[in-house]
Amino acid sequence: MYYNWLKLLKESLRNNSGWKKTWRNPEVKKKYDVIIIGGGGHGLATAFYLAKEFKIKNIAVLEKNWIGGGNVGRNTTIIRSNYLLTENEAFYEHSLKLWEGLEKQINYNAMVSQRGVLNVFHSDSQRDTFIRRGNSMILNGADAEILDKDQIKSIYPFLDFENARFPIKGGLLQKRGGTVRHDAVAWGYAHAADELGVDIIQNCEVINFKFKSGNCVGVDTNKGHIKANTIGCAVAGSSGLLMSKANMTLPIESHVLQAFVSESLKPVIPGVITFGAGHFYISQSDKGGLVFGGDIDGYNSYAQRGGMTTLEDVCEGGLALMPMIGKARLLRMWGGIMDMSMDGSPIIDKTHIGGLYLNAGWCYGGFKATPASGWCFAHLLAKGYSHKLSDKFRLDRFKNGFLIDEKGQGAQPNLH
Amino acid sequence: MIIEHPILGPRDIHEFIYVGDASLINRPNWNDDDAGSKFYEYLYLRKNIAGIHKELWFHQQGDRSWLVVSRNTKTHEIVKVDLVTKVSKELET
Repeated sequence: MYYNWLKLLKESLRNNSGWKKTWRNPEVKKKYDVIIIGGGGHGLATAFYLAKEFKIKNIAVLEKNWIGGGNVGRNTTIIRSNYLLTENEAFYEHSLKLWEGLEKQINYNAMVSQRGVLNVFHSDSQRDTFIRRGNSMILNGADAEILDKDQIKSIYPFLDFENARFPIKGGLLQKRGGTVRHDAVAWGYAHAADELGVDIIQNCEVINFKFKSGNCVGVDTNKGHIKANTIGCAVAGSSGLLMSKANMTLPIESHVLQAFVSESLKPVIPGVITFGAGHFYISQSDKGGLVFGGDIDGYNSYAQRGGMTTLEDVCEGGLALMPMIGKARLLRMWGGIMDMSMDGSPIIDKTHIGGLYLNAGWCYGGFKATPASGWCFAHLLAKGYSHKLSDKFRLDRFKNGFLIDEKGQGAQPNLH
Repeated sequence: MIIEHPILGPRDIHEFIYVGDASLINRPNWNDDDAGSKFYEYLYLRKNIAGIHKELWFHQQGDRSWLVVSRNTKTHEIVKVDLVTKVSKELET
């Protein structure tokens, strides 16, 4: 089904009775060319680019619950490409370019809104590191500007510029950054992949892998055995559990990250703001809720909920940055399970088992990476070798010492 | 979460720092022939258990003791807390 304004007009005149399902609900086939485990943003994007860019015909996406019920619907919807290290920055800039053309490509309104992402800084030395990061962004083809205090005041007059401990000295702005409606990303990719013939199988849990002479040749699921010679795993926080079925131990810990939404307010925060002295980021959704978050809770968890200690810490950060939000009431909070890697950067690589590929370790930066992750993973699955944008995201980099540690924190996942 | 400290009784987790899997107690011997690969596994690979997970917590804002906490990572329920000295003695014997 193709969406356009003419169809919208027609349906509005006949009580929306003619809309068809956005994606089919197909029966599982016995064999596919490629199976993707995980119907989240990354899995669905991978399926879409496999079909669209790499012309693979016979693809299935297996999802144990319903699509979009995991981290793709549990984040704070921010997109940006403001990294320091070239290995990351080139990849995320490609992702941001894909976001810019996404809605046209998938024929779905994902409400991509480039409203600007501002990181404020609070000291001279922090200004230096932000300028360095901005230069790195520009060298990799992204946009970046340094704003002084008065320029920020003209956009966000309500920030606490004269805070005694953390006065705001300026900020690093990426105008092309912004927000996207996250559910629509899952639905849009599902819609577009389905149009290209991809089978999206929901409520289909992988119980085990099938191996034959060192190669992965299929999966056992609760809907029976399915054969395929190429199998890609993109299951985020469940990566450790899934790969343990192939006797693999990963350089990953699963942690819970919480997000929070206030009651709906009139428009007050035009862009995305992040605090430089603690971990706090905030934007306002089109419905009016303030969407914000901070650090992960910091301990291994598979429960999709966190604790009050983190909520308190996040709110303290928020109040230090913009005291006015103290009057807003919290409406909802939820948790998602992050695949925290040992250097804070992702893994898109083949495994030592033939035909078995891994896409994991997104920490809590997976949402903005969705299009490029799908693109690069599709390239790997289709061609058997990495795309040049993701060839540093190797699984064996921990053994060989080629870490991509953006923050320089070392092998301590809860600090990334 | 509240951790039942073996000496101090119930303490809130904001007093603690989480360090990770309790297997970090078993530091490999640098003098082993295969020390390189052992340290790779020690430093980077995690079992990442869904269920009862033995983990190290440091009581930074308390008595600065190290604890081994057995906690269900699916429910956050804490089933057992020991001082790390006790656990490491058990490991030696």
